[in-house]
Amino acid sequence: MKARNRELLALVPASLLLTAGFAAVFVQRNDVVTNVSLTYGAIFLGLCVAGHLVIRFTLPDADPYLFPLAATLACFGLVMIYRIDENLAREQAQWFVVGLILFAATIIVVRDISVLERYRYLIATTGIVLLLLPRLPGIGAQVNGAYLGVKVGPITFQPAEFAKIAIVIFLASYLRDTRQLLVSAGRKIGPITFPPLKHLGPLLVVWGAAMLLLVFIRDLGSSLMFFGAFLALIYVATDRFSFVAIGLALFAVGAWFFSSTVGHVQDRVDTWRHPFDQALYDKVGGSYQVAQSLFAQADGGLLGKGFGESILDLPGSTAQLLPAAHTDLIYAVIVNELGLVGAVGMLLVYLLIVERAIKTSIMARDSFSKLLAAGLGAVFALQVFVIVGGVTKVIPLTGVTLPFISYGGSSILANFVLLALLLLVSDKARRGGWERSR
Amino acid sequence: MNTPARRLYLFVTALFAVLVFATTWWTVARPNSLRDNPLNRRALLEEQRIHRGTIRAADGTVLARSVKAPGDIWVRRYSAADSETSHAVGYSYTTLGQAGLERYRNDELVGKNDDITTLLDQVLGRQQQGNDVTTTLDLNAQKVALQQLAGRKGSVVAMEPATGKVRVMASVPGFDANDLRNPKVFSQLNQAKDSPLFNRSTQASYPPGSTFKVVTAAAALDSGQYTPNSILDGKSPIKVSGVDLANDNGEQFGQITLTTALTHSVNTVFAKIGEDLGKPTMAKYMKRFGFYSKPPLDYPSSQMLASGEYGRNGQLLSPTSGLIDVGRMAIGQDKLQVTPLQMAEVAATVANGGVRVAPRLTDRVVDPDGRVVERIAPKEEARVMSQRSARELGEMMQNVVREGTGTAAALQGVDVAGKTGTAQKNVQTGLAQPWFIAYAPANAPKIAIAVTVEDSIGGFGGTVAAPIAKAVLEALLGPNAQEG
Repeated sequence: MKARNRELLALVPASLLLTAGFAAVFVQRNDVVTNVSLTYGAIFLGLCVAGHLVIRFTLPDADPYLFPLAATLACFGLVMIYRIDENLAREQAQWFVVGLILFAATIIVVRDISVLERYRYLIATTGIVLLLLPRLPGIGAQVNGAYLGVKVGPITFQPAEFAKIAIVIFLASYLRDTRQLLVSAGRKIGPITFPPLKHLGPLLVVWGAAMLLLVFIRDLGSSLMFFGAFLALIYVATDRFSFVAIGLALFAVGAWFFSSTVGHVQDRVDTWRHPFDQALYDKVGGSYQVAQSLFAQADGGLLGKGFGESILDLPGSTAQLLPAAHTDLIYAVIVNELGLVGAVGMLLVYLLIVERAIKTSIMARDSFSKLLAAGLGAVFALQVFVIVGGVTKVIPLTGVTLPFISYGGSSILANFVLLALLLLVSDKARRGGWERSR
Repeated sequence: MNTPARRLYLFVTALFAVLVFATTWWTVARPNSLRDNPLNRRALLEEQRIHRGTIRAADGTVLARSVKAPGDIWVRRYSAADSETSHAVGYSYTTLGQAGLERYRNDELVGKNDDITTLLDQVLGRQQQGNDVTTTLDLNAQKVALQQLAGRKGSVVAMEPATGKVRVMASVPGFDANDLRNPKVFSQLNQAKDSPLFNRSTQASYPPGSTFKVVTAAAALDSGQYTPNSILDGKSPIKVSGVDLANDNGEQFGQITLTTALTHSVNTVFAKIGEDLGKPTMAKYMKRFGFYSKPPLDYPSSQMLASGEYGRNGQLLSPTSGLIDVGRMAIGQDKLQVTPLQMAEVAATVANGGVRVAPRLTDRVVDPDGRVVERIAPKEEARVMSQRSARELGEMMQNVVREGTGTAAALQGVDVAGKTGTAQKNVQTGLAQPWFIAYAPANAPKIAIAVTVEDSIGGFGGTVAAPIAKAVLEALLGPNAQEG
């Protein structure tokens, strides 16, 4: 079967999943099955087919699984958000339409990813500026001590979502040029080969940038995401584990230093270590969120309580039992309602997307494409790890979205751009004969 | 660059494995530590969404039911009849937690026991509904008991000796469970001096006075060392543990039988019997009667007290502790503290031929469609004494009502077996705690009862408690008595 037909076929189960999900929520809510869920399913399938047609006409050889996998996550998220709040789901659906338009625009405008290399410094600057925007007085917004949002008039957006793509593009392009220099020579001390001191420079610069990020946006999770993507890229570029080891050590030292000096980061670490401490639990912005997240997951068990069964609000008041259920804690809602099984299924879909990204990297023929695909896959995976790890108390909880599932325009738009770039790389890599194996 | 890219993928897989492991840890491996965390209110909030079952009196009168409230939740409302049974039934509120049967039977009331039905309800989109609980409480007799206590602090417990069904569990003062919804009222009642929320039937620590002589007599007869006709010296005073002990008003009794000694509640005789039997024998029989452990009632353990000798620190003593003055304990003095429920069990055990049956408040659990899910069966706890000892002791107790201290409890046409008690609290002011334990009819016992009034100036078990017992027994054995 042709790649595009396979993609089209794969979109059908995603739409059916959405139809079934909406039907389940309706049944739970109104005791009735209406054909409205079918309508939603049809609209969703229509949007997917539109996206598919864009790919069919512009990137005929692109990976056939990426788009259906993303669509599966998107429809899963839409059902979850609809279950949390109907109005938010409507907005989210609108963001999907905008996201698809941006997706098509990215493909059509960029056409060939090597164009991006030409603008790498512009892109890098844009990325840094985006990251620092939330600290600008007047438009920056502090949420729970972290500077992640920007508010201009009625619009708020999270620039970090876009910055992650810009930074990966820049690093991929930069490392393509310098990878040879980085691996050229080295001194072996113990099991680790140290690169020549002058080539350690970029590593230190990026480390410094990540630390600055930590200080400026005060968010351990985002810093981990950016720095992790950088390490992943440098590892793929040089195949030197020493860089990763040194980088991790540097990051650990920096993170430790700032977590013991920057109050907000320190608080986050404390609430992570002792979520059930009464004082921390009662504190505004304390461990209440983490504790409730864990309680909700424990209640979910193996199979979950079913769609729409999770308690999110405290009855008789406007207070929320599960704060930020539609964004930060959506994973806890998923575990509560669909159980371990549902959550693992969702994680597998993410893992498959990463697998397709790495596959694309391996199939790609030029270094920039390879690095770009691997970098985008890594930053995507790390984002999932940072938020799910935070919700499950593996690492301190920070406000990162769950790609394609959490509510939020910035997240949807940015991830559609990321998907478009992956498909662009993939199309280029598979053009001419690569299709035979898969 | 392909090899490191593959390794990168392996690393991502490892990271995701960590996430799967963590999720498994919280959901499947260690969920209970989180569910039991006191900060976790999910279970309570969850239960609010369930139509909690109704609690009924034995005759079907609704005591507690759930009504729909805004926000798709159910809240508890208590009927007028419940204000007479509020201690036994307890309460269930999200803000306060639960008490009484509401707490003990929570799983049944929210229908937690039948997973299949729950699943079916969910699939069919039906509202989850708990099971109903029918209690053993007789509302009419309960009302009589409260009327008889007439506002005096105290308690009445009446139960069926053979089945353990608790027909009356009255505790004065009481409360209206509906009022507790107001947190102010709750904290007020919770701190009130006369402790209205406190269930005196199961939680009070009262000196039993002479009613305890029934336990001593049981030990005396069943150990084979005494018979009802054993001749004993009733002179007063005598030295017990080196201190003089006298009969009431210093009365001298001379050489009397054990039966006469119980009939007139002769302290010196029973103190000597206690010393003669010794601590191990007394301890053995007390334990068989249920002392030194919490009663096997279907009621929250935290709302029940074990009867026995208590030390100064408020801790239960070892039944053979050197601190126990066994002579004084044998007449219900010393550091002995009992609950009315325990004394009702003592009377019930004698009535039931020496076999102690676990008391219970639940008769049956009924599902929303009216099918009986569970009918609670009588459960024998222990053989306390031989049938013969029980018969002999019963005859002695009949004598108490016929011609002794308990004549005020005599019923028309029905033989009553009983024992009075008057625990002195303050000799100068005459402050005492009157007691009466009994069962009737003596030849075919249907009801055993314990009555006590906390503070009575110049009152005796025979004058204050026995008339209350009489009225409650009449109510239970009257024309409607056949039902039980």
